[in-house]
Amino acid sequence: MTEKPEKPEMDKKAAAAATATATIPAQAVDSPEPLLKVTGLVKHFPIHKGLLRRQAGAVKAVDGIDFDVRRGETLGIVGESGCGKSTMGRLITRLLEPTGGTIEFEGKDITHLGVAGMRPLRRDVQMIFQDPYGSLNPRHTVGTIVSAPFKLQGVTPEGGLKAEVQRLLSLVGLNPEHYNRYPHEFSGGQRQRIGIARALALKPKLVVADEPVSALDVSIQAQVVNLLDDLQQELGLTYVIIAHDLSVIRHVSDRIAVMYLGKIVELADRQSLYGAPMHPYTNALMSAVPVPDPRRRGVKSGRILLKGDVPSPISPPSGCRFHTRCWKATEICKTQDPPLLALKTGHQVACHHPENAPDLVPDDKALPGASDALDTPTP
Amino acid sequence: MTDMTKGATTGATGATGALNEPVPGGAPAPGRAFLEVRDLKVHFPTEDGLVKSVDGLTFSLEKGKTLGIVGESGSGKSVTSLGIMGLHRVGQYGRQRARISGEIWLDGKELLSADEDEVRRLRGRNIAMIFQDPLSAMHPYFTVGKQIAEAYRVHNKVDKKAARKRAVDLLDRVGIPEPHKRVDSYPHEFSGGMRQRAMIAMALVNNPELLIADEPTTALDVTVQAQILDLIRDLQQEFGSAVIMITHDLGVVAEMADELLVMYGGRCVERGSAEKVFYEPRHPYTWGLLGSMPRIDRDQTERLIPVKGSPPSLINIPSGCAFNPRCPYADVPKGNVTRTVRPELAAEDGGHHWSACHMSHEERTRIWTEEIAPKL
Repeated sequence: MTEKPEKPEMDKKAAAAATATATIPAQAVDSPEPLLKVTGLVKHFPIHKGLLRRQAGAVKAVDGIDFDVRRGETLGIVGESGCGKSTMGRLITRLLEPTGGTIEFEGKDITHLGVAGMRPLRRDVQMIFQDPYGSLNPRHTVGTIVSAPFKLQGVTPEGGLKAEVQRLLSLVGLNPEHYNRYPHEFSGGQRQRIGIARALALKPKLVVADEPVSALDVSIQAQVVNLLDDLQQELGLTYVIIAHDLSVIRHVSDRIAVMYLGKIVELADRQSLYGAPMHPYTNALMSAVPVPDPRRRGVKSGRILLKGDVPSPISPPSGCRFHTRCWKATEICKTQDPPLLALKTGHQVACHHPENAPDLVPDDKALPGASDALDTPTP
Repeated sequence: MTDMTKGATTGATGATGALNEPVPGGAPAPGRAFLEVRDLKVHFPTEDGLVKSVDGLTFSLEKGKTLGIVGESGSGKSVTSLGIMGLHRVGQYGRQRARISGEIWLDGKELLSADEDEVRRLRGRNIAMIFQDPLSAMHPYFTVGKQIAEAYRVHNKVDKKAARKRAVDLLDRVGIPEPHKRVDSYPHEFSGGMRQRAMIAMALVNNPELLIADEPTTALDVTVQAQILDLIRDLQQEFGSAVIMITHDLGVVAEMADELLVMYGGRCVERGSAEKVFYEPRHPYTWGLLGSMPRIDRDQTERLIPVKGSPPSLINIPSGCAFNPRCPYADVPKGNVTRTVRPELAAEDGGHHWSACHMSHEERTRIWTEEIAPKL
């Protein structure tokens, strides 16, 4: 699948991916059990109105998504603000209670486990947060912050708590002598490292990182990306990385899920997603990213420029949610929600008229106005 | 074009003496450019010490061109823009908060020595600004239309009706659907992208000659960012304004900027055409920025090459070259020169390209071609 092995474990992963996707649909029977399996996950936040606080509607933040996370891989989740990617992250770490669907971790259904039921699992599933300022208690020292997971879980590490915390601090590239310092004494990048040390304290199996680098400067961002990469190799971690930055996602992920208004519209391995995206939305998203190359500026003929904004998740469009902004939309898109289908090995897409693949409903009548969905790019 | 020549003549007659002094940093012929900033310093006295946010910045910009200022947080990019707008001049209760020195020449007028009334007349009419966060830059209590109309009426003797019509026209021009209705909306009723469009409309209401955009798309999603960048580019072509684009995103400057200025620790470390800075960068910090950036256009699986350490505190800027504690090549020049002597911007060969580094031209060419470029 890959010509040049980039990372040592990449071969294994690629092989696993190949067996997993040999049979279509992608849910292969003979593939090793996924670490995390999400089926039909739904989260609606109710909106209450009026004197009696009757439910007047719901924000459909996550509206029926299915995916697996395989051991040792990095699954990237990408989408614009309001697409439900962060809610999804909080659902799979069970910081939020799902409205529907199931979440299985190592074959065990954890969808509706209570606080006590989740406690043993908290060792295995950890989270890294976006805001390195808001996610650390300013009144606790770094030592207290990083040792909190041990205390909560009642674990005494070998060699004592302090030694273990100092080992973790040096693992993430901080000075172990800074054990007694407070978060405000650290820079943004260093704080993010503290958050990572805390997440890794109990040797978790799955780490969910919600925008781990978006609050950091470019040069610091690269340090943290490299650190996450090193730790994955060293400790055999599995990551779910949520980000809005398609360049970062391309760099860190093995497989990528693209979300739009609470749904996964495309799920594929990195090379096929960036090489030949099938969903028009993915295509639009990628061509909107500014390329750091001034010589490419003139070459904008193939550029897709979407008009308007993402519709509200309170009343998402009927049928395919992207049809209101899609230039390929036809009648069927308005009425039928396209299922997420594997049209190629390891490449699932939810679209009636995919790109880089044969059209599924070729003779349907185009929606009036669909051709106006694009802005004509300026020369 | 006519404005430019006019500016050049008034500039030359206005202050010939001051302009003929040699300017460090290879500034182009004095008094010619539409905007010229020379040796700008903005220092803030604080309890902890003097914060040298901008410490000797020199650049120039012609009409119709875009200058991209890139740098990390705390490098002085925003303070530079606020300095040009004259927003550091007077603090609360008339106390001066910032110590500003240097010269800012706009179309032949020197702004730093001008009195407050004169600057106020220019601000909003000749110079306008787009801020990062439109929700806090717009007043929540007034409708969008009212705010745009007010910006117009301050500088033009027109009645309310005409100003409102102007607001509707501009909202239409920046791509707000149904501008007749939306002119009466409040900022919170707009989406993030629409709010940014409304703010652009407000900035453009007096056809400014210089538009400063401070991280105009950082708070927006990529698809909306593409729309806004396109809009700024279109409007620039239409009005022929000069644009200063301040951002940390090298992708955005590569799309927008004709010229680039890389800031570090309040100083310019490299300046030149976008083409030169991206393809033949001459400063180790610029190499660091390029190396630490994941690329959307390449299936790059090698590790990123980050810059070690973190940006300096502006109170204790490292002596010598501000970048020396983070520079992998700090020991290449002989002696302790990187730690003791501050490097001046010097012209690189090939013209229109300056950088501030102690390493010799040959050394840097070798490092760039042999060590850095192949890894990017």
